[in-house]
Amino acid sequence: MKNKGLTKVDLIFESIDIMKVMKKAFEMTSDEIIQQILESGLKGRGGAGFPTGLKWKYTAAEKDPEKYIVCNADEGEPGTFKDREILDKVASKVYAGMTIAGKAMGARKGFIYLRGEYRFLLPQLFVELHKFHKLINEIGYDFSIEYRMGSGAYICGEESALFESIEGFRGEPRNKPPYPTVSGLFSKPTSINNVETLVTAVMIIEKGANEYFKLGTKDSRGSKVFSISGDTPIPGIFELELGMTVQEFVNEFGDGDTKAVQVGGASGFCVPRKKFGETIIGFEGVPTGGSMKLFNSSRSMYNLLHNYLDFFAEESCGQCTPCRVGCQQLLKGVEKVKKGEAKSTYLNELVKLADTMKVASKCGLGQSVGNAFKSIVENFREEIIY
Amino acid sequence: MYQTGNMVKELAEKHGRKRESLMPILQEIVRKHNYLTDDVMVAVATELDISAAEVYGTASFYTFLDTQERGKNVIRVCKTITCSMKGKNDIVSTLEDILKIKVGETTPDKMFTLLETNCIGWCHKAPAILINDMPYTDLTPETVIDVVKGYMR
Amino acid sequence: MVTLKINEQEVKVAEGTTVLEAAKKLGVIIPTLCNHPDLCVAGNCRVCVVEQTGARTLIAACAMPVSEGMDIHTNSLKVRNARKHIVELLLSEHRADCTKCYKNQKCELQTLANEYSFGEHIFLDLVEDHSYSIDRSSPAFIKDDSKCIRCQRCVRTCSQLQHVSAIAVANKGAHMKISSFHDRPMSHVVCTNCGQCVNRCPTGALTEKTYIDQVWDAIYDPEKHVVVQTAPAVRVALGEDLGYDPGERVTGKMVTALRQLGFDSVLDTDFTADLTIIEEGTELLTRLKKVLVENDHSMALPMFTSCSPGWIKFIEHKYPQMLPNLSTCKSPQQMFGALAKTFYAQKRKLDPSKIVSVSIMPCTAKKYEADRPEMRSSGYKDIDFVLTTRELAVMIKQAGIDFRSLEPDNYDSIMGTSTGAGVIFGATGGVMEAALRTAYELVTGKPVPFKNLNIMPVRGMEGVKEATIKIEGTTEEWRFLEGAELKVAIAHGLVNANKIAKAVSTGKAQYHFIEIMACPGGCLGGGGQPIPTNAAIRQKRMEAIYSEDMHMDLRKSHENPEIIAIYNEFLEKPNGHKSHELLHTHYIERESY
Repeated sequence: MKNKGLTKVDLIFESIDIMKVMKKAFEMTSDEIIQQILESGLKGRGGAGFPTGLKWKYTAAEKDPEKYIVCNADEGEPGTFKDREILDKVASKVYAGMTIAGKAMGARKGFIYLRGEYRFLLPQLFVELHKFHKLINEIGYDFSIEYRMGSGAYICGEESALFESIEGFRGEPRNKPPYPTVSGLFSKPTSINNVETLVTAVMIIEKGANEYFKLGTKDSRGSKVFSISGDTPIPGIFELELGMTVQEFVNEFGDGDTKAVQVGGASGFCVPRKKFGETIIGFEGVPTGGSMKLFNSSRSMYNLLHNYLDFFAEESCGQCTPCRVGCQQLLKGVEKVKKGEAKSTYLNELVKLADTMKVASKCGLGQSVGNAFKSIVENFREEIIY
Repeated sequence: MYQTGNMVKELAEKHGRKRESLMPILQEIVRKHNYLTDDVMVAVATELDISAAEVYGTASFYTFLDTQERGKNVIRVCKTITCSMKGKNDIVSTLEDILKIKVGETTPDKMFTLLETNCIGWCHKAPAILINDMPYTDLTPETVIDVVKGYMR
Repeated sequence: MVTLKINEQEVKVAEGTTVLEAAKKLGVIIPTLCNHPDLCVAGNCRVCVVEQTGARTLIAACAMPVSEGMDIHTNSLKVRNARKHIVELLLSEHRADCTKCYKNQKCELQTLANEYSFGEHIFLDLVEDHSYSIDRSSPAFIKDDSKCIRCQRCVRTCSQLQHVSAIAVANKGAHMKISSFHDRPMSHVVCTNCGQCVNRCPTGALTEKTYIDQVWDAIYDPEKHVVVQTAPAVRVALGEDLGYDPGERVTGKMVTALRQLGFDSVLDTDFTADLTIIEEGTELLTRLKKVLVENDHSMALPMFTSCSPGWIKFIEHKYPQMLPNLSTCKSPQQMFGALAKTFYAQKRKLDPSKIVSVSIMPCTAKKYEADRPEMRSSGYKDIDFVLTTRELAVMIKQAGIDFRSLEPDNYDSIMGTSTGAGVIFGATGGVMEAALRTAYELVTGKPVPFKNLNIMPVRGMEGVKEATIKIEGTTEEWRFLEGAELKVAIAHGLVNANKIAKAVSTGKAQYHFIEIMACPGGCLGGGGQPIPTNAAIRQKRMEAIYSEDMHMDLRKSHENPEIIAIYNEFLEKPNGHKSHELLHTHYIERESY
């Protein structure tokens, strides 16, 4: 397959006339808005990549008069910081996105769940929100947004855990079904979208689905904001068209000695140098919520793996067996192998365990611990053992 | 230790007495006093008509809702991979030196608590720390001293 | 209806049915741990994962509703591998010292381990990585975190069934655990010792504190005279632990077994249940008279029953302002205890210091109750040891008694005679029914106007029951009650008790007399009863209780000849001086955590 190469894009942070887009959306019917989003091919920008238009469509189809649009700003994936930047720079576009989503699905109330680590942003976000509420009041549109804060729990980025947290409980993911579109926040039909997704939706309404559809590839339409860190001379936030290979990415952002790229954070995949050329960043290759970490040859992949496993052992909610105990076993297991206290073949058992966690865990956290584990162990086995 | 007094009642008036009021109430108490005492958790439980074990169970789920005594300024050093790669250990040992405490401890004058935490979203400006709500980034052992000194008054 | 396939067999079930229930219909067994029929679905342990064709992951059968055309495999390679891993993961966090464990061979994790995890364990032992603690602070039960598999059945029990939430899930990740308020000892939190969590714990993490050895020591001590009393609900459940189906009455065999175990006298809590009716009934009538006729509000209405020690501790913690509403009557167990070392000792010419008083209870809270400092009115600890139904079954097995072959026998005399009214104390509504049978007759001279004395409105498993009894044809002494409508309510399970307590405390409900039992179904569903206990089993036990009642010659407490005798010989009169000294008690306000 011919790939797209690396192209910088400026959609998310582009300054636009918020009122103009919203007026445009208000003149459209609910179906028309949803149709635009469906046609754009937009998939959720938090990482899981569920088609946004479908989420809105399902929520819109629910009969309950009370529905919610929730903005997931619990950006906790190691290596992701783009949502903070988006809220910092273009919060009003997030609010507009929620309003348009609300209009599309019949929700009059929106919540933004902001991670506690970003609380310092709140004063300026409130100022923006106040202005925004005034704006929509002036045109007589009934919609309001409230902030809810996290308090340091990675798992609350999982949609149903996030609802639990807003409702005042421990952030423990729920059984699904029912899905949020049927029974979400306060058991009401809810569409929960990532910060960037909502802003992207605004830009799709502004520019039209066709324009957006032109960007990206068949499975990964449009562009995406990447959070780039690690061994790179230019760490930071970059909006890039989807469809590039890891090689093309490394050519631009690497330090000349890149050994591996961790795509998608701790719950994502580790791509080794030998696979840079063949791996596309996107849903056809390695999906990402934006986290891109580069590692050069001075870095120990054991340390990387250990750091991630330690992270998961702490940040698992702890309710389900495969995730709670599995994370501890993977962590202790690699420690034992490294110290020579367990045979190197024990890694094979741990890989099987990672597979079990992938299929038997209750939520996306437990199901994705195996991604990093397997891709690191399989590609850098010798670094884990010796 | 701090006195609970009427604080919880006032917060319940402000945020409501539903279960969903629990997080905002606990968060506001922690912002003010840095941690939750047993007394305050019992008072919250009473106001919201839920069990104290539930309040504790919920609080203890969230890293920032401390139920152990904390100092006036809580320093959280990011320990996730990029900060770790970019000198987190030097930051921690510098802080341990100037505060004369280990990670997990509070200074005897209750001014500082030193903790490690998971990714705080500043990987491109690693190493990073939070002091209370404020992030400090691109730190070196030298700059972190200046930052902390600013909190010593 | 929804049609789906499980292991290639087609099944039609109602919408909303879970895959687990659908499989059960086909006779396909899917193992579970966190699932319990009394509790909401958790989907935590993941032991019940099965494969759904086309699904990305395995699904938890307990939490997944069926859908049309589903194709489920419960025993595929993928499922077996995952299940084995999950069982092994649970074992790796669990201190598996099975032969030392009270739940050995009664442990659901052990059963699964036998099926899935024999031979070498795959994973590393994590037990030492956790700083597990064992809480022995309660006299009723032990909480051993090293046996806990975090299924949260106990947490759901404590909140959903009991509205207590003395325990909750705390921390997260590897540190997640079941904890009281900030790890305080269970003896110092709102825990009512009801033992419903103990009854539902699949492992040895929550077990009753056992006193079997102490009881054996007393039995073998020639200096000691060991009396045993058996609570009403024990006789309809003990059989379950000895190979009988739920609902089989084993009263007579139980008496024989107790005698064979070596107890010096086998007596019946039902006797003091009858006595409770006289004392509590008199107290109620006195309160009614004081409040309604004499306008003397030094006594409170409505009056709550006080037989259930779990309920007593609940109200002491949660509604201390209503303590005056509690009947001052001790529970039948404690009335028995106080009389055993006074009245019984005198009659049998025994030195009370040589009497060891043992009770067999369906309850763990009774262990706590016996330990309350108030419960020493005989001058000694009124009840020395409380054993649960389960512990009695253990003793019977330890003694090598072939229970089935035993000849039934009768209780000994002096505090061994009882009526059907005493028996029905074991079911929710039973105390109310027994009280009404006596009180109505006391004030009207006629039996309660219900066929066969069966007061059906107060029976059954509804959480909160209400009834109104019109009092007509009163005798001269009780003329002030003529035409009065006695409003009563009954609740079982503390979640229901809380509803009534809240309604009463806020003035939303007007009753005269309220029966509360801490456990679902009343004592028959007590925390000390055989495991498993669930709605179907409670129903069977209830039927057995009412059947026992119907088979009794005497069915009204005041007709119990031993009751008549004890007032003549010893107590003088109901609520008299001696009664107050021995049979009544007081309550204390407790902390709200």
